[in-house]
Amino acid sequence: MLLTQVDLEAFWLTLRLAGVTTLILLFLGTPVAWWLARTESRAKTLVEAVVALPLVLPPTVLGFYLLVALGRDGPLGSLWQTLGGGPLAFTFTGLVIGSVVYTLPFVVQPLQNAFQAVHENLLEAAATLRAGPWDRFFSIALPLARPGFLTATTLGFAHTVGEFGVVLMIGGNIPGQTKVLSIAIYDHVQSLEYHEAHVLSAILLVFAFLVLFAVYTVNRRFRLQRQ
Amino acid sequence: MFKKIVAFLFLLLFAQLASAGTLYIAAAADLTYCLTELNATFRSTHPDVDLRVSAGSSGNFFAQIKAGAPYEIFMSADLEYPRQLVAAGLAEKTSLTPYAIGRIALWTLDSALDISTGLGMLTNPAVRRIAIANPGHAPYGRAARAALEHDAVWEAVRAKLIMGENISQTAQFVQSGNAEVGIVALSLLKSPKLANAGRYYLIPLDSFPRMEQGAVITNKGGANPVAREYIQFLRSDAARAIFDKYGFLLPR
Repeated sequence: MLLTQVDLEAFWLTLRLAGVTTLILLFLGTPVAWWLARTESRAKTLVEAVVALPLVLPPTVLGFYLLVALGRDGPLGSLWQTLGGGPLAFTFTGLVIGSVVYTLPFVVQPLQNAFQAVHENLLEAAATLRAGPWDRFFSIALPLARPGFLTATTLGFAHTVGEFGVVLMIGGNIPGQTKVLSIAIYDHVQSLEYHEAHVLSAILLVFAFLVLFAVYTVNRRFRLQRQ
Repeated sequence: MFKKIVAFLFLLLFAQLASAGTLYIAAAADLTYCLTELNATFRSTHPDVDLRVSAGSSGNFFAQIKAGAPYEIFMSADLEYPRQLVAAGLAEKTSLTPYAIGRIALWTLDSALDISTGLGMLTNPAVRRIAIANPGHAPYGRAARAALEHDAVWEAVRAKLIMGENISQTAQFVQSGNAEVGIVALSLLKSPKLANAGRYYLIPLDSFPRMEQGAVITNKGGANPVAREYIQFLRSDAARAIFDKYGFLLPR
């Protein structure tokens, strides 16, 4: 048996966390990216800077703020509890919230780039054919931005899988609930279980490589198609 | 399609894996190996119980439990933390169980270093790095600091100290050769993993405050009958024999 029960659980938990986070980010990130790509508003720079924050902030800063926000008396934590939810910190739901914040730029930025590459005159041509804004978005912008969606999905997923600092701070280390792969590796190293740490690390290394290789291959193909 | 995706999302979000016989334990890192044996013994009489262990520094667990972390049993390297949880109304007073008294040792894998003279040797220039647990939130770090102060070398060796997040990481710093020596829990050195690794000097009990360790059932665990059985088990002779085997002194 290559993986122990606890490691296998960490594996599925990581996939679940990354899957849920990516889905939520695609729903939330698409309108934000579309707006950023099309707007002339002064607020654009501000929003762009806020979206990019998780790229440069230490995970401990995000983790600390999230811990405060998700706690019993924090704004998110108390709101969630008045809505009938349990405590958020140290739960899977809390991890999802943290991951959505932490991975935001990895989804929004590729989408924004893809939307920016959609020519304005195509949309105007559609408008003269009486296509409404929704129709223009779904029939023209969305299909043309396909490579961007692929990049956003893979990077969002992969970045969530690779998360450590934020999870350590707001997740604790609870098997089956918040113990994701990166934390499981940290735990194995501390317990001097180097064999287990090697197995999990190798899995993540190969995974990360394959994801990036796939993204670059597909992007290259899209570029060649266009030329 | 959209509805299906949303439904799937909610399912993923709220799916709970826990079964009826599950117990979530937050354990001080000095129990990393000892707990494997304790839990195997507990499971021999409770085969259906699923024990979920998180190991780390007691201070961190204390902060997490105060912030609402769902641990049901807290085994702390410092009895003071469970006591404070009881005082704050976050744990059950009657469940408070002192289970062991911790010991610390100066440990090295470097055969060229003579540690038999005790902490005084740490001022030796051949010792470049000394691993201790973080005194800020790890009880073993506080014990190490107290012992260094007791032997009047704290100031002299401060610049050489590297701090582990918990005592198990501290041992890892020494085991991986990144620190020549470390002050670690005796229980880790008694584990099958490290039993024959290097040499250690047992630090006398009178050079640091008594490290009374204790377990408690948190409010989260109050409704879980397994939590009560586990505390009973910690008080049993079988459990005490295992603590003894791992170098702990026994209370009363």
